[in-house]
Amino acid sequence: MERRHLALIALAAIPVTVLAIFFVLPVTGMVGRGFRPEGHWDLVGVLDVLKRPRVHRVLWFTVWSSAVATSLTLVLGLPAAYVLHRLAFPLRRLVRAALLVPFVLPTVVVGVAFRELLTGPLAWLDLDGTPAAIIAGLVFFNVAVVIRAVGAAWESLDHRPAEAAAALGAGPWAVFRTVTLPALRPAIVGAASVVFLFCATAFGVVLTLGGLRYASVETEIYLLTTNLLDLQGAAALSILQLAVVTLLLAIGARLRPTPTAVTRVPPRPRRPRLADLPQILVTVALLAFVAAPILALVVGSLKDADGHWTMANYRALNTLGTHQALVEPVTTALDLSLRIAIDATLLSVLLGLLVALSVTRRAHTRAERRVRGALDALFMLPLGVSAVTLGFGFLVTLGRPPLNFRDSPWLVPIAQALVALPLVVRTLVPALQGIDDRQRQAAASLGAGPLRRLVVVEVPVLFRPVLAAAGFAFAVSLGEFGATSFLARDENATLPVVIFRLIGHPGPMNYGMALAASCVLAATTAAVMLVVERVRAPLLGGVL
Amino acid sequence: MSLELGSVSVSYDGAPAIADVDLTLPDGQVLAVLGPSGSGKSTLLRAVAGLEPTTSGTIAWDGQDLAHIPTHKRGFALMFQDGQLFGHLTVAANVAYPLRLRHVASAARRERVSELLDLVGLTGYERRLPGTLSGGERQRVALARALAVEPRLLLLDEPLSALDASLRERLAADLRRILVAAGTTALLVTHDQEEAYAVADRLAVVRDGRLVQEGPVGDVWAHPADAETALFLGYARVLEGTAAVIVAAAGGLDPQEGTSTTVRPLAVRRSAIVLDDTGPLAGEVVAARATPDQLRLVVDVDGVGEVDAVAASVAHVGPGERVRLRVDQARLSILP
Repeated sequence: MERRHLALIALAAIPVTVLAIFFVLPVTGMVGRGFRPEGHWDLVGVLDVLKRPRVHRVLWFTVWSSAVATSLTLVLGLPAAYVLHRLAFPLRRLVRAALLVPFVLPTVVVGVAFRELLTGPLAWLDLDGTPAAIIAGLVFFNVAVVIRAVGAAWESLDHRPAEAAAALGAGPWAVFRTVTLPALRPAIVGAASVVFLFCATAFGVVLTLGGLRYASVETEIYLLTTNLLDLQGAAALSILQLAVVTLLLAIGARLRPTPTAVTRVPPRPRRPRLADLPQILVTVALLAFVAAPILALVVGSLKDADGHWTMANYRALNTLGTHQALVEPVTTALDLSLRIAIDATLLSVLLGLLVALSVTRRAHTRAERRVRGALDALFMLPLGVSAVTLGFGFLVTLGRPPLNFRDSPWLVPIAQALVALPLVVRTLVPALQGIDDRQRQAAASLGAGPLRRLVVVEVPVLFRPVLAAAGFAFAVSLGEFGATSFLARDENATLPVVIFRLIGHPGPMNYGMALAASCVLAATTAAVMLVVERVRAPLLGGVL
Repeated sequence: MSLELGSVSVSYDGAPAIADVDLTLPDGQVLAVLGPSGSGKSTLLRAVAGLEPTTSGTIAWDGQDLAHIPTHKRGFALMFQDGQLFGHLTVAANVAYPLRLRHVASAARRERVSELLDLVGLTGYERRLPGTLSGGERQRVALARALAVEPRLLLLDEPLSALDASLRERLAADLRRILVAAGTTALLVTHDQEEAYAVADRLAVVRDGRLVQEGPVGDVWAHPADAETALFLGYARVLEGTAAVIVAAAGGLDPQEGTSTTVRPLAVRRSAIVLDDTGPLAGEVVAARATPDQLRLVVDVDGVGEVDAVAASVAHVGPGERVRLRVDQARLSILP
């Protein structure tokens, strides 16, 4: 066996082991329970699940609401991507950063903010609890993905083909349709498939805004698992979801923009013209759409049940709420959330680095390339598996010997690290792929050993992406709700879990406290994201 | 029908790229704008195309000011240095692009595309993708696509400079033939004087953003406006003072004619001074370099100093030898 293979195995061993124990085992254990309810295989029962009318409704709702949300996200995101990445105007970077914030806001916070908006200032629209509210929440959440991915492609787009078309008599619309759009298509389709994926697997937003009336596959898994203890149904839906998500990821991977060696002449952003007015108006509308729920949340948190201005909601954060809604005060939960987030960030960045290094090394044989490709795909899987399945799987498989982690303080950080891992890997891999292999060869020819080469070639390139990935993982961990809601116990609940508990408990102070706690959580994640934005590192390297 | 530029200026962030350029291009003619890289010639072309806003001055077609007419409504076509074919479209679809924009019926479109491909010598290339073509073929497709517009004015930005030398020479002749056959008015921008000479009727020399000289190719060639222009147009040296008088006299010219007190500079092409045992000049060979066609010499001529000279490649002369030289009058130019 060659040294190169040994190096690959050594690098990949740790992340693969972690993934096997903390992801594959819980998920298969969970799904296995559904397939073998009484210790023997029952495939018919699983297939029967897919014939239930309620399952059909849930599937149909998931598909159409995700499709509508994805289309709306594109309609709003494309003009904004153009305005924010092709036009020059004051405060451009600030606006870009602001539009990124919703993507990292905890889903529970987004849900709470939209409910506050739709029951408060916009109550006359009568949208609370409707599919429209869920779709608005999904669009709010995902528009940053389109702006980022398509904007980055648009920004680096060579302007000369468009000029050539204009010089051949094509008007602005014809240029867009025949030249710009085909060039952007991979980025758009890639972003759309990712957005669809996020919409179809959204949990917190749908649960808080849809309640029991409108369920997606993800919330239905939650409902079947926790309320109805129908593991067979949950397993069937989990498998279905995994299959669909894997398919979407495969499509996304095929369309992922490959770094090309073609020299491009990216244009300088130019001043807005009158012709740009429609796009600018859409962007302003988008800003208003993004700002409205956040503003409603902040305003709501500063008012008491009678509508008077007060700081009482914030002062109450160190209490247990009305009717003892909580076991520990919100401040304790915040403290715990931050500590867990640090652990989860360290874990996911460490694992992500190992994965990224092992999948980006140039393969010398076809078999080796296949192994590296398979590894890359394997670590995308957590994106496709319902966090609920993962969380519940932890409970059923890791709660007894020989793997008794039930009471380990590492359980929650590990689960959150796995949820963040795909995003970390997708941020690091493009940066490593961008390194010209000849740089390593040049370093080697100058007498640098493997470790020295890593320090000279990889580390300078990875510095910013690692910071970005860390910030990203931190934000994801702070807001993670699906898996954590299973694993966190009452006395050591994280902030999103506490917020969800506060919404569920009646009592005027509890709702106010939920709003205030959401504000604190949102401010914390937004602050982390703004720091990431300042290091100017490319998030997700374009598209997932 | 003509293009008129009246004191056109363009600046980037306050730094002028071209300043006060006046030009007229009559219908059916090909004008080459010649200048070293960075001289602002491409900016001039982009300004005419409407891709670069002018800071001042007017660009007019047939007396109509084009200032507020966007690129796509000017009826011009621009061919880029590297063709800028649309990579996602076949050769036929690339050439048909402008026709499609004008809703030409598909049968007529097909016919016109094959006509144009015949014209540029690419018969049968319809289904190829740009990525599979050679550099020369791509430029031909780009030319066919630009001609499909039936432009009032064809703008060519260094159309041949991305190609290698031998291909460039051949394609320059083709380009000339195609432009004449199509009767196209064209504005060509290039830094290569041979390309300009081969393709254009008129020549405009641009330097540091200013128009230095303009006129029929032969005139500009024979009478450069100043020493720098002469050197840029391929003259080997510009002689002054006694050196100019001696070499001019050997060629039968008088750089002092009219003004007896001042001596005007003399631009000398490399091939103007030829090794000839009966020639009027004498000197010592300083350096000799063989090329396939001829022997290139540097000769220290008595009373003149170092000049370039040529000899037949069969001649055997080396440094240190004394030689005699004659001067070819047609390859001299007395500068103003």
